[in-house]
Amino acid sequence: MKTCLIVDDSRVIRKVSRHIVETLGMSAEEADNGRTALDHCRASMPDVILLDWNMPVMSGIEFINALRASPEGRKPKVVFCTTEYDPGHIREAIAAGADEYVMKPFDQETLQLKFELIGMA
Amino acid sequence: MTKTELHQLAVDMVSKLLHRRTGQALSADRHWRIDTALETVLRHRGIRSSEDLIVLLTEPGDSGFKEELVEALLNNETYFYRDRQVFDHLAAEVLPAMAREKGASRRLTIWSAGCSTGQEPLTMAMILLDQGECWKGWDIDILATDVSGSAIATARRGVYSNFEIQRGLAVGQMLTHFEEGAAGWRASDRLREMIRFERRNLLEGPPSGAKFDLILCRNLLLYLDAGARRVACGTLQSALAPHGRLLLGGGETVLEHSEMFRPVKGGCGLYKLTGERLAEPARRTA
Repeated sequence: MKTCLIVDDSRVIRKVSRHIVETLGMSAEEADNGRTALDHCRASMPDVILLDWNMPVMSGIEFINALRASPEGRKPKVVFCTTEYDPGHIREAIAAGADEYVMKPFDQETLQLKFELIGMA
Repeated sequence: MTKTELHQLAVDMVSKLLHRRTGQALSADRHWRIDTALETVLRHRGIRSSEDLIVLLTEPGDSGFKEELVEALLNNETYFYRDRQVFDHLAAEVLPAMAREKGASRRLTIWSAGCSTGQEPLTMAMILLDQGECWKGWDIDILATDVSGSAIATARRGVYSNFEIQRGLAVGQMLTHFEEGAAGWRASDRLREMIRFERRNLLEGPPSGAKFDLILCRNLLLYLDAGARRVACGTLQSALAPHGRLLLGGGETVLEHSEMFRPVKGGCGLYKLTGERLAEPARRTA
């Protein structure tokens, strides 16, 4: 079973995302900021990471820069899932190593289609 | 007449109106959809009872109300790369085959019949643009039609919300082919220039002009009853070029009209004209 790490400081978003991810047949883990997510990845690297941008302690973009800096951290697919909509942010995320980008709000079908695009569904 | 009987009469009248104007049939088990779909229109018009609705439906002429009802009942569900494996097949197998077949004329004609709000023809245009060199110097014409005036208006604008743009579309293609603006994500001029949008009912016959090398008619025939489906198939048959392909939606078939079409082996819902039809002289010329 593939594993998905959901990184978001909103408990509600994590709960909604977990439901969708589990419906898609993956197991879900949660982290409420980039630092906790990095610790999680060092202990156990997930297959895919659903990543918010704006979080306390460590932001999504700081997290992915740190993650992609190590060889192991290049393996998981990363899907940004954020309220940052402008092309500048999106390009910055892609340049940092994100595989896909989801603009909130989203639904199950949107996330499923994005996971299909990155070979995760 | 009881309240329930009046409601049933109103539902029957609306159902017949939809069928008369579009050929689409709302079977009895889908009648429940009517109340939900019409809720906004009826509230906007201040219609509170089945009696009021029946009175308006029996009035001669059309102040636009009947049009609004029909528009509300049409299913405009669509998204980019809907059924991605089908578009992958088109991109990897069908379009390269067409490039070989049409290499002499270097002209490719595509009809998206029932294009809804435009995501399907835009998907085709993106595939062709992304194939770059293969189509350089070709005369490519994509006609996109739909029976819904509001859907065609949206398709012509080519502007999509955050929610719409990311349904099925990869982020890289979104950045390449769309520009973000105050109203949403707007399809690039290059994409829009490839497509002609027209409001058109499939039951009114084929578009004038050249026949089409590829017709996409997906998730439309399933809404038609047998009679309307035969007429629609006749339209598609007339519009398809002798060696053209017809693409239907998943779960749709035209096997009941095997005198018109035959399935392409391993073709993901692709059909070609039957041999008998191929032998007939073309009714229209390019």
